[in-house]
Amino acid sequence: MSFSAARPLDPWRWIGVPALLCIGATILLAAPIQLFGLRLPEPIFPMVCAFGWAVIRPSILAPVVLLLMGLFLDIYWGGALGLWAVSLLLAYAVTLAMRNMMTGQSRPMMWAWYAGMTLAALTAGYLITMLDVKAAPSLVGVVWQFLATAILYPFAHRLIDRFEDADVRFR
Amino acid sequence: MALRQDSFGELKVPLTWMAVVALIVCAVVGVSILLSDRRETFQTEAYGAARQAVDTVSAPVGGAVAAPGRWTGDLLGWLRSYVAVAHENRRLHKVMVGLQMQADEAVRLRDENERLRAMLGVQTDPPIPMVTARVVTDSRGPFANARLANAGSRAGVVVGFPVLSERGLVGRIVGVSGDASRVLLLTDVASRTPVMIDRSNARAILTGDGGPNPKLEYLRGRDAVHQGDRVLTSGDGGVLPRGLPVGRAVKGLDGRWRVVLDADAGAIDWVRILKFKDYSQLADQAALAQTHLPPVITENPDDRIIGAPAPAPKAAAPSATPPAAVKTPAPAAPKPAGAPVAAPVATPKPASPPRPAQ
Repeated sequence: MSFSAARPLDPWRWIGVPALLCIGATILLAAPIQLFGLRLPEPIFPMVCAFGWAVIRPSILAPVVLLLMGLFLDIYWGGALGLWAVSLLLAYAVTLAMRNMMTGQSRPMMWAWYAGMTLAALTAGYLITMLDVKAAPSLVGVVWQFLATAILYPFAHRLIDRFEDADVRFR
Repeated sequence: MALRQDSFGELKVPLTWMAVVALIVCAVVGVSILLSDRRETFQTEAYGAARQAVDTVSAPVGGAVAAPGRWTGDLLGWLRSYVAVAHENRRLHKVMVGLQMQADEAVRLRDENERLRAMLGVQTDPPIPMVTARVVTDSRGPFANARLANAGSRAGVVVGFPVLSERGLVGRIVGVSGDASRVLLLTDVASRTPVMIDRSNARAILTGDGGPNPKLEYLRGRDAVHQGDRVLTSGDGGVLPRGLPVGRAVKGLDGRWRVVLDADAGAIDWVRILKFKDYSQLADQAALAQTHLPPVITENPDDRIIGAPAPAPKAAAPSATPPAAVKTPAPAAPKPAGAPVAAPVATPKPASPPRPAQ
């Protein structure tokens, strides 16, 4: 048995499976269903991966998968191609740059960091949309999507908690 | 063998740098894709093979995912109607009485309308064929409001067709694959629809912003809109037919006029896609391109009304212009009408035909 600190992470387990789960959840919530007259929320599930992967460790594969997930969101939701790809990558980059400040903090603080990164992604999306269609999207809609995404932090926490200690070279 | 024991065990810095390089490359690729996107060009080829492929796969997947919810909704609706059947019966009876009166009035109005049209010789719009489709996916975020319907190019759907629910206008087709088509909703931030206020006939552009109530922009005219006014498509530009129900005008919290969409009154699970060709497609473009302009007749410099004074006043001819406006020497002798004023040689000429208006 090896006690090495540099255990290789299986990309399929910490990148592949969460990415597929996020895509599945996105498809599930895109169903045209109304409950008691209310439509389902539309959270940005890949935000969980963008935050969790950046906190766990730097990776070559993670931004590539995030790019693909963002393109999938753009095509599946019918938005401008590249909107969510750029927004998610921005959130990932900011999280990666600040991960040293986040490591070891309490769960509420990490939740706040996650909400901040979600806000950064949505702000990027807002500005890109403004430039694309020359009109300002509804701030109420942005706030609703922010709230729907911010409550997903427990999934990001689960992802970080499971793989954070797998490779201590980047702590 | 543990990774630390081999030569790759301490590759933290190169791996970090490689990760940063990968991130930058992905960001550049993402921005390039964003800049090259042509979502709103209204061209079928601009929709892209990737979007068509995803839509083709998404249509059956979305239909299967939505099926349990649809079945549950149907079951709940059946149970609700079963439990409240007596109350429902009374309510429907009242509705039926009201509808019968409306039907009688509609028959009278239709008869009157037909007679008036026949008297005036009005050429009415031809009936529009339609395709019924089921909505299988629904995106409702602030940056994209679109739906996927399970009827595509095989059913004759093309980009630009208007889409209605049983209550009113929903949006228009912006992308088509074989068995699916993407509907851009009126609420999408990129949606612009020419509409009119039914009461005042005032025109406006219905502008989506990702929220549930799109704005009325470029509204013109005094007293153009009141609270609760019906909003219909105006047909301006020929993209949509005139008179499709859109919704009712309301004053938003931000002080702007907005529209409560008729289509939002209930769940949109089935839609009708109107096979409406806009008027620019129906018109004979070749015939319109053949313009027959009248020949351009330039002014003859020798035929000026106002010219340089003749060197010999004795040869001046009478002018068509008032004498006060043109100070020409008085004629020495009467000349035939229409002779040039500034003719260098004062020889009598026959009357010339009138010139076209310049």
